[in-house]
Amino acid sequence: MALEALRVNRLRSALTMFGVVIGVSAVVILVAIGTGAKEAIEGEIAGLGSNIILVVPGQVGLGAAPTQSRLDLNDVAYVRRVVGDPAKVTVAVNSGESVRVGRTEVFATITGTDEYMPNIFERPLRRGRYLSGTDVDTRRRVAVLGAEVGEKLFGDVDPIGRQVTIAGVRFRVIGLYESVGATFGVARDQEVHIPVTTAQRLIGLSRINGIAVGASGPDEIEPLRQRVVDGLSGRYPGERFSAVTQTQLLGTIGSVLGMLTGVLAAIAGISLLVGGVGVSNIMLVSVRERTREIGLRKALGARGRDVLGQFLIEAVLLTTIGGVIGILLGVGGSLLIQALSPVPAAITWWSIALAFGVSAGVGVFFGVAPARRAARLDPVIALRAE
Amino acid sequence: MIFEEAGVPAFEAVNLTRSYRLEGVSVDALRGVSLRIHHGESVAIVGPSGSGKSTLMHLLGCLDRPTSGTLRVDGADVSTLDDAGLAELRNKAIGFVFQSFHLLGRTSALDNVALPLVYRGVGRAERRERARRALEAVGLAHRLDHRPSQMSGGEQQRVAIARALVGDPKVVLADEPTGNLDSRNGQEVMGILADLNTARGVAVVLVTHEREVAEAARRQIHVRDGLIERDTVSGTGPR
Ligand SMILES: Nc1ncnc2c1ncn2[C@@H]1O[C@H](COP(=O)(O)OP(=O)(O)O)[C@@H](O)[C@H]1O
Ligand SMILES: [Mg+2]
Repeated sequence: MALEALRVNRLRSALTMFGVVIGVSAVVILVAIGTGAKEAIEGEIAGLGSNIILVVPGQVGLGAAPTQSRLDLNDVAYVRRVVGDPAKVTVAVNSGESVRVGRTEVFATITGTDEYMPNIFERPLRRGRYLSGTDVDTRRRVAVLGAEVGEKLFGDVDPIGRQVTIAGVRFRVIGLYESVGATFGVARDQEVHIPVTTAQRLIGLSRINGIAVGASGPDEIEPLRQRVVDGLSGRYPGERFSAVTQTQLLGTIGSVLGMLTGVLAAIAGISLLVGGVGVSNIMLVSVRERTREIGLRKALGARGRDVLGQFLIEAVLLTTIGGVIGILLGVGGSLLIQALSPVPAAITWWSIALAFGVSAGVGVFFGVAPARRAARLDPVIALRAE
Repeated sequence: MIFEEAGVPAFEAVNLTRSYRLEGVSVDALRGVSLRIHHGESVAIVGPSGSGKSTLMHLLGCLDRPTSGTLRVDGADVSTLDDAGLAELRNKAIGFVFQSFHLLGRTSALDNVALPLVYRGVGRAERRERARRALEAVGLAHRLDHRPSQMSGGEQQRVAIARALVGDPKVVLADEPTGNLDSRNGQEVMGILADLNTARGVAVVLVTHEREVAEAARRQIHVRDGLIERDTVSGTGPR
């Protein structure tokens, strides 16, 4: 019966639905983009490796000025003792340098690290081997190339055993990493790993930039972080050290992106609201136009709540049909955006369920006023109306 | 006493008044009407335009409530019923026929006729079957799926009569049922209403300002200026 009433007024029904269609498809698309971005970044963080604690001097936070590092390899040894397992601790010294093969030159991040790096970070090799303890101890001039560096310098040629010149010093290539993409804008494929001892001499620095600790499980992260920070603070009274865990990073990023998704969803929600006001208006017009029909139905025995129900069902039907169309458009739009742009889109069931629920809710909410007006019509006045 | 019939009257009105308040001005459409209409009667309410006939019919049909006075339908005082109770009473006891037919425009004859049964909670199949029989009874078996716009005025009014009949009411109230029809169609509609009264024993209360139409009923209640002027029984009409 309600469907029939909608069919009778096709154009108007379509116009009414339009607002809801736009609103719902906007919800689905924007939530898909927000969720997609969040998943992508979370994927990057997880891709680093698992249960990592990054120890850096000073305070970590948005806008915090970078602190001059006072940590050196003795501190790394100290942290190793604190942690109890040397294999769970690694180190990084970073510097941007040019890397040259013949006439080909690329700019790369030179990272001095040690043989424990692969225990903690996820850095699969495509060829060759990782840095070894001997490489570090004897300060060998050997390098493991990031995928992009290897590609640019050697193309398809196997780089293992070949020479590269880093900051004017010749190194032998012992390994080539798989491509791992970027994390937080850090292009890890543009890194070149060399022994930390070699790096310190090359750069002319006795400091290190950071220490990474790998916990053996999620439960160990927090106590381990606490031990490392307390240990270093005890060693250098009056100085601050920060240890960031992936969980913290995920939490921060997650809340920022969650907020973003929320804002997007709110914008979409507003358009849904506007659609709802449209539904309300058009239902009111419809009630006015159908006054005689309402009067007749009442004369024939329809109670107030029958009329209320009829108009509410019409409103809900209108918005849920609009909702379904909006969901289809939203899913289609998300897939299209994903296909045509680098923006990742993740369609989530909850956003679809939410959009559907909200559109039905909009129908009820905005249908109530017109439906009540219809239900309260005096049958005699309604019948006399022309 | 004119009425010797025993039992509870279909309608019993005592001193009914109905005033409308329009921008502070009070219009007394009915100024104290008392009457009894028994089951199975055939009554015409006659009077000039604006005399209060429709107002009276709306009160009898429980579409409206009196400003003062008492109305009993089938013995029940309607002032004791709430709006839902009145709706149920209309649905079960009363069939309406209006001057302007009041059919749903884009709905088939069958579904129009079945409408009162929707509000009685009758299942779809039974609704359609009963609607079909009601349409057959008014000679429209061949028009089940037609929409009002595809039918003549006379046919539309017969659909409306079928709709009034479908719920087996005790009374049919018809307000100027021939007002929008030519005389041939008007006569046909009157014939159906007369049949209804004689063959089914349904009380028919007909509102009209036309003398000839009124004379088709056995009893005429003359209304003028919101009062009953005369209440007569002519021998010619059915019971
Ligand atoms: N809803 C209303 N508001 C104000 N006045 C009304 C209303 N309905 C009817 N009236 C007035 O009540 C009087 C009786 O009307 P009505 O019962 O329709 O007469 P009839 O059916 O005999 O032509 C008329 O004067 C009419 O103007
Ligand atoms: Mg009238």
